[in-house]
Amino acid sequence: MLFQNLTRSSGARRVGAVAALTLSVALIATGCASTETPGETGGDANLAITFVPKNLGNAYFDTSDKGGADAIAEFGGTYDEQAPAEGSPDGQVSFINTLTQQQVGGLVVSANDPTAICDALNEARESGIKVVTFDSDTDAECRDIFINQATGEGIAKIQVDLIAEQIGDEGEIAILSATANATNQNAWIELIKADLAANHPNIKLVDVVYGDDDDQTSFDKTAALLQTYPNLKGIISPTTVGIAAAARYLQTSDFKGKVALTGLGTPNQMRDYVTDGTVTAFALWNPADLGYLAAYAAKALIEGDITGAEGDEFDGGKLGKYTVGENGTVLLGDPYTFNADNIADFNF
Amino acid sequence: MTSSNTATMAVARNYKDYGSALWKRIILTREGAVFAALILVIIIASVTVKHFAAPITATYLLLDIAPILLIALPMTLVIITGEIDLSVASTAALASVTLGTLHQAGMPLELAALVAIIVGALAGALNGFLITVVGLPSLAVTIGTLALYRGLAVGFLGTTAVTDFTEFWKDLAKSKIGGSAIPSVVILIAVLAVAFAILLHFTQFGRGIYAIGLSPEAARFSGVRVERTKFILFVMSGSVSALAGIFYTLRFSSARGDNQTGLELSVIAAVLLGGVSIFGGRGALHGVLAGVLLIGTLGSALRLASVTSDVINIITGTLLVASVVSTSVLAWIRSKRSRPGGKKPETAAATKS
Repeated sequence: MLFQNLTRSSGARRVGAVAALTLSVALIATGCASTETPGETGGDANLAITFVPKNLGNAYFDTSDKGGADAIAEFGGTYDEQAPAEGSPDGQVSFINTLTQQQVGGLVVSANDPTAICDALNEARESGIKVVTFDSDTDAECRDIFINQATGEGIAKIQVDLIAEQIGDEGEIAILSATANATNQNAWIELIKADLAANHPNIKLVDVVYGDDDDQTSFDKTAALLQTYPNLKGIISPTTVGIAAAARYLQTSDFKGKVALTGLGTPNQMRDYVTDGTVTAFALWNPADLGYLAAYAAKALIEGDITGAEGDEFDGGKLGKYTVGENGTVLLGDPYTFNADNIADFNF
Repeated sequence: MTSSNTATMAVARNYKDYGSALWKRIILTREGAVFAALILVIIIASVTVKHFAAPITATYLLLDIAPILLIALPMTLVIITGEIDLSVASTAALASVTLGTLHQAGMPLELAALVAIIVGALAGALNGFLITVVGLPSLAVTIGTLALYRGLAVGFLGTTAVTDFTEFWKDLAKSKIGGSAIPSVVILIAVLAVAFAILLHFTQFGRGIYAIGLSPEAARFSGVRVERTKFILFVMSGSVSALAGIFYTLRFSSARGDNQTGLELSVIAAVLLGGVSIFGGRGALHGVLAGVLLIGTLGSALRLASVTSDVINIITGTLLVASVVSTSVLAWIRSKRSRPGGKKPETAAATKS
């Protein structure tokens, strides 16, 4: 009995060991079969440019990276995209390290943490790789150029312009913001107030309410606003959660078509409301252009046309000429207005 | 720590293991299979994946998996007792935030780190208290504290991060041993690994851990102090998690409440891949170390081969499922064969050979 048990257990283990080995071989083989190492493209400049967004499977970055791929195809470089599945700084560092080893020509990164990925980016730069950040910047000393999607002034102005146009430049409006202490939101609200006072004397901002970037709270606050201010003609919601919740409320209420709504939203959230006329137009930047410009900036850096110093000029393909501003920042341009005519072109 | 450990391991398993030749007992084990797979991955990747066979690969790899290696040590012991600690990543984040907040408030880094480790130990002690004194299942308790500690960590710092740390310690966290490619943190891991290996495989306390995992009742009647042992293990788990959190914070110069989110699953996955039974009572530390290295190396090789992270997750996930399934299937076959009233012993032996 003892003997039999022995043979069984060691035999079974041998089966286990062989199975594990076979599996690993199979995995490695399949893993490597379909791959090409980026880098080492033809010509003297290494135009292998890899996008490292915050994470994969994110429609926003799918759109921006597609824009980057288009730009890279135009100037004949090699496009690749690598990112962690979840948006974590350590995951991003692993990929940046890997790309440094592979010696790609340029990295286009949206940072999960402004400081945590700094060392990895600087190691990449020391080995000659050019680093462009977009969407979310790192500390300025860790990259060559940051492509800024929009300025606070631009964001405030477009929302004021849209609401003024939609309500005929006079009447009461309110703002549905995110949280009361959100830095971005408060900065934009101050700029909106300044713009209203300076350029739209007949528009009166009656209230600022906070939906805490929570769908239900924003929904309820919209209802309360409309009850409290019967003469309200428009709502600005500079947050994607807020504008979608407010639109959902308006869509099923008597106020649909009577109270204008605009702000910052994403096409996928707002598609229904724009199609059925609840919302005429809203703003955001165009992520495809953002990725496109970032790719051209990487190209200009790799080819040595620019170094990222203030005043450097480079060609942004179909977007025209761009100039590097303070702290190596390049501004994409004015925010983009989405309406019934163009919303079908976007999927993010 | 190979041959002697495996031999000691056998004490906790079954005396029948001594019946086969020593080399078989060392090579043909679950741990041996993981080691073999690791070596195979390294060889294949060195040949087929460009840039893999460079010293820098080892540097990046070891830095990346250092927190997992650290936390896997106490986690192995906890799982061998049949318990689990899901709060390790949240504890690490809590330690990270403690370190950041105190250092920002002007406390020297060394002292802040000490406080952070104490916070980790207390977090582990709370787990241990709820599990051993109150008598709640560790799965439920640590799911709760996973949320609780994470909530505290995020609550402390909000969305901000502390990024200013003493240069010396930051550099040390990233430094290498002499001129080699091995990061200095490996020394810390090696020291702790040896300490945990001795504790688990060469002490009465360690044998108690296996006994608890196999049968808490029997362990209790044999004089093992079940509650005390578990409590100590959870405190160790909390302290080492805090240490991993501190290393992570210094390596990335960033103390944030959401640091290392999801790390507990990487740790547990590696521990199970390394041959530790989730039901307790079985496993060895060298297998776990090989398991962590295997997952890390595989990921590193696949990344260098430009495989996307989704596919890497699918591959490592498949590997884990396969490794767990293979163990269960083998155990099932074994139990089926040795079931009383089953096949006649003669037949079984015949089919075997």
